[in-house]
Amino acid sequence: MANFYTDNPALKHHLEHPMMEKIVELKERNFADAEKYDYAPQDFADAMDNYDRVLDIVGEICGDIVAENAEDVDHNGPKVENGRVTYAEGTQKNLDACRKAGLMGMGMPRRLGGLNFPITPYIMAADIVSRADAGFENLWGLQDCAETVYEFASDEQKEKYIPRVCAGETMSMDLTEPDAGSDLQSVMLKATEKEDGTWVLNGVKRFITNGDSDIHLVLARSEAGSKDGRGLSMFIYDKRNGGVTVRRIENKMGIKGSPTCELVYKDAPAELVGSRRMGLIKYVMALMNGARLGIAAQSVGLSENAYREALAYAKDRKQFGKAIIEFPAVAEMLAIMKAKLDASRTLLYACSRYVDIYKAYDDIAKERKLTPEERQEQKYYSKLADAYTPLAKGMTSEFCNQNAYDCIQIHGGSGFMKDYACERIYRDARITSIYEGTTQLQTVAAIRHVSTGTYLDSIREMDKTEVVAEDQGVKNTLQFMTQQYAAAVELVEGAGNTAFRDFMARRLVEMAGHIIMGYLLLQDTQRNGEFRDSLNVYVNYGQAEVARHADFITNFKPGDMAYYGIKAEN
Amino acid sequence: MGLNIIVLAKQVPDTRNVGKDAMKADGTVNRAALPAIFNPEDLNALEQALKLKDMYPGSKVTVLTMGPARAAEIVREGLYRGADGGVVLSDRAFAGSDTLATSYALSAALRKLGKADIIIGGRQAIDGDTAQVGPQVAEKLGLPQVTYAEDIISADGGKVTVKRRIESGVETVTAPLPAVITVNSSAEPCRPRNAKAVMKYKNANVPSEVVGDEKKKELLEKKPYLQIGEWNAQDVEADLAQCGLAGSPTKVKQIENIVFVAKEARNIEAEDAALEEFIKELIANHTIG
Repeated sequence: MANFYTDNPALKHHLEHPMMEKIVELKERNFADAEKYDYAPQDFADAMDNYDRVLDIVGEICGDIVAENAEDVDHNGPKVENGRVTYAEGTQKNLDACRKAGLMGMGMPRRLGGLNFPITPYIMAADIVSRADAGFENLWGLQDCAETVYEFASDEQKEKYIPRVCAGETMSMDLTEPDAGSDLQSVMLKATEKEDGTWVLNGVKRFITNGDSDIHLVLARSEAGSKDGRGLSMFIYDKRNGGVTVRRIENKMGIKGSPTCELVYKDAPAELVGSRRMGLIKYVMALMNGARLGIAAQSVGLSENAYREALAYAKDRKQFGKAIIEFPAVAEMLAIMKAKLDASRTLLYACSRYVDIYKAYDDIAKERKLTPEERQEQKYYSKLADAYTPLAKGMTSEFCNQNAYDCIQIHGGSGFMKDYACERIYRDARITSIYEGTTQLQTVAAIRHVSTGTYLDSIREMDKTEVVAEDQGVKNTLQFMTQQYAAAVELVEGAGNTAFRDFMARRLVEMAGHIIMGYLLLQDTQRNGEFRDSLNVYVNYGQAEVARHADFITNFKPGDMAYYGIKAEN
Repeated sequence: MGLNIIVLAKQVPDTRNVGKDAMKADGTVNRAALPAIFNPEDLNALEQALKLKDMYPGSKVTVLTMGPARAAEIVREGLYRGADGGVVLSDRAFAGSDTLATSYALSAALRKLGKADIIIGGRQAIDGDTAQVGPQVAEKLGLPQVTYAEDIISADGGKVTVKRRIESGVETVTAPLPAVITVNSSAEPCRPRNAKAVMKYKNANVPSEVVGDEKKKELLEKKPYLQIGEWNAQDVEADLAQCGLAGSPTKVKQIENIVFVAKEARNIEAEDAALEEFIKELIANHTIG
C-alpha cells in the first residue's frame, strides 16, 4: 500500500513550479481540446489537477506492483528462445498494469491516442518508475521513441504507429552495432531500396535495449559506399512484418529485467522515416537528447531509492547501543546523499521545463508561423535545453552512482551481501553514467556551453533571484564560486590550446554544474523551506569541489599533459 | 452477447492500519479517524466484473453502493477502472442498518435497476466482517448464489462457471444465470485506475455533492455522463419498517476491547516429539485447527 508519488513531497514541489503555467498554456493551445475530448482539461488548474491525479496512479502502481516485483525480476530476468524474448513474470505484470492504467504514449497528442502531457510530468513518472525498478524504466521509458516518430515521420506513419504505442505496444531504438558504440558514424546495417521503392534491412545490431519490441526505430546505412554519418537514414521496423530475430541476450551486471539484445536482420522490411541521410545527424540526435533526459530521470529515481534504503537502515541498525544514524559520520553521509538527490532532481526538472517550452514551440510552428517574440523565446529555451541536457545526464548519473556506493557503505557488511536492495541499486546505477553517451561524451557536449557562456549567462540570470535574509550567506558563497568558475574558464580558454581545454573540460563542466544546482536549490528554498538543509549541505560540498577544481586548473602547467600521455597542441 | 453486471461495493473505514484513536471510548469505530476506502474484497469483485466485460463485449458494469453522498467516491473509483455507471443508495432512513436491513435496501435498489445477469460483491466488508449481505441479497431476490469465488471462468449460455476457494481446497461449480456471486481476497487484484478515465470522470458526482457549487453543477448538466444516480428509500419503493434501525433485529449487547499481549518467547527443541507436543497445545487452546 505504498504510493511513490504521494510519499515524496519533493515531486509535487517541482510539478508546481511557476513556469508550468506557460508550459501548459503552450502545450494545450488555449485548451482547444476541451471541446473535442472528454479527458482534456478546461484550464490551467484543471490540467495541473490531471497531472497530479495521473502521477498518483503511477505512484500507486510503482509502490504496490513494480517495486514489489523488482527483486524477482532481477533474479529471473528475461529469456530468449527461438529468436524471441520472454520477459520475466514480474516485468509482464508491470507492463500489464501500465497498459491498463493507460500510461503509454503519455506525451503524444490526443488525436493519436495519447494524454498530451508535457515532458515535465512525463519525466516525473519516469523518476517514480525508476525508484521502483530502474530496469523497468527502460522498457516503459522507450515510449519516448514515439516522440521521434511524431517529430519526423510522415502523417501516415504517425497515424499508423503512434496509436499502437499509446495502446501499449513497446518500442526500441536500434542504434548500436559491434563496431559502432559511441561512434555511431560507423553503423553498417545495410538498408536496400527495392525496385518498388520499399526498403529491406540486413545486418546485425548489438546491445539493443528491449530489442524484441513491437516497433523499432533503426539507424541503417542507406547510401551504399558511404562511410560516415551522412550515409545513414532512420527506419521503422514493424515486428508484425517479421525479419528480425534475437540471437542472444546479454548477461548484464544490472538492470537485469531489461533485455539487452543482439539482433539479426534478414531482409527485414522497413519504412524510411523523414529524409534520407538525416538519420544520424538529425533524428538520432533528437532521439538521444530525449533519451538522455530519461536517463537523468532514471538516475534521480535510483538516487531516491538509494537514499531511502540507506536512511531506513541507518535508523534501524543499532551499534554501541544506539542507531547508527546518531553517529556524525553516518549522519553526514546521509545528509550529502540527500543533498545530491535534491540537487539532481532540481537540475532534472529545470532541464525538462526548458525542453518542454522549446518543443511546444516546435510543435506550434508546424501549425502556424511563430511571432518574432515566440521565435526568440524558442531559440532561448532551445539553447538552454541543449546546455542543460548533457549537464543533467552527466551530473545526475555520477551522483546516483555515488549515492549507491554510500548506500552500501551505510549498510556495512550486510550491504555487501545479496540480502538487501542496496546491492541491486548499486549494480543498476552503474550503467547510467555509461549508456546514452558516457559522462565523458556528455562533457564533450557540455563544454561548448562553457566556452560560449551559456552556463555563465544562466547562472547570472538565476543570481537575480531575491532571497530571504537567512539565505543571503549561501547566495554570497554561490557568487564567489561563480567568480572562481569564470576565472578558470578564462584561464583555460585564454590558453588557446584545444588539448588543454579538453583536458580541463570535465572539471569546468562540473564547476558549472555545482553552481547551477546550488542556485536551483536556492530558488527551491525560496518557495519551500524544506529544501534549506539540502541547499546548505550542497553548497558546502559544491564550494569545496569548485575550489578543488579551480586550484587544479590554476596550478596545472599545460606541459604536464605529456606525463598523462596527452599530446599538447597549439 | 453482453452481460448486465452489477457490482455491490461498500465504502469502509480502513481498519487495516489502525492507530490508537481508531476506536471511540464507547467501543464503536471512530470513522473520522480512519480514511474511507473501497472495501478490498469489493475491489476483487469489481475486477471479476471488468474481466467479464473484457471477455463479453457489449457487457455493462454498474456499481451500486449504499451510504452517505460521499460514498459516490466508490462509484467514481469504479468508473476510473472501467465501470459504465453507478448508483448511490442514500437516505437517512437507512442509517443504522444491520445486514438484514442492508440486504433489504440493496435488493429494492437491484429490483429498480432491472434485470441483471450477474450481481457480484466482495465476500465481506472489513468493518463488519459478517459475509452475510451477499447471500441475503440472493435469498431476497430468489437467485442462486456462489460464495468464496476466486475466478469466474465463463458466463455464457445462461450459466456461470466459477472457481471457489474453500477451506479444503478449490472447487469449480456451475450455476444458472442470473446469479449472485461473492468474491474472496485470493482472487485477482483489481486493475489500476486508468489515466484517461480518471481525467474524464473526476467531476462525476451525485446531485447532493454539488449543492452550492455552481461550477460543478453546471458541469453535471452539460455532461450527462458525469451524473451518478442517487436514490432514496422512496425511489426504490422501500418499506421504511424494514429499513435502518427499525428493520435491524441485530442488537449490539456489548463491545469489548481486546488487547493482544505478546507473551514470552519459547524455544521448542527441533525434535518430532517436542513439535508434536507444541502442536497439540496450540490445538487445545484454539490457536490453530
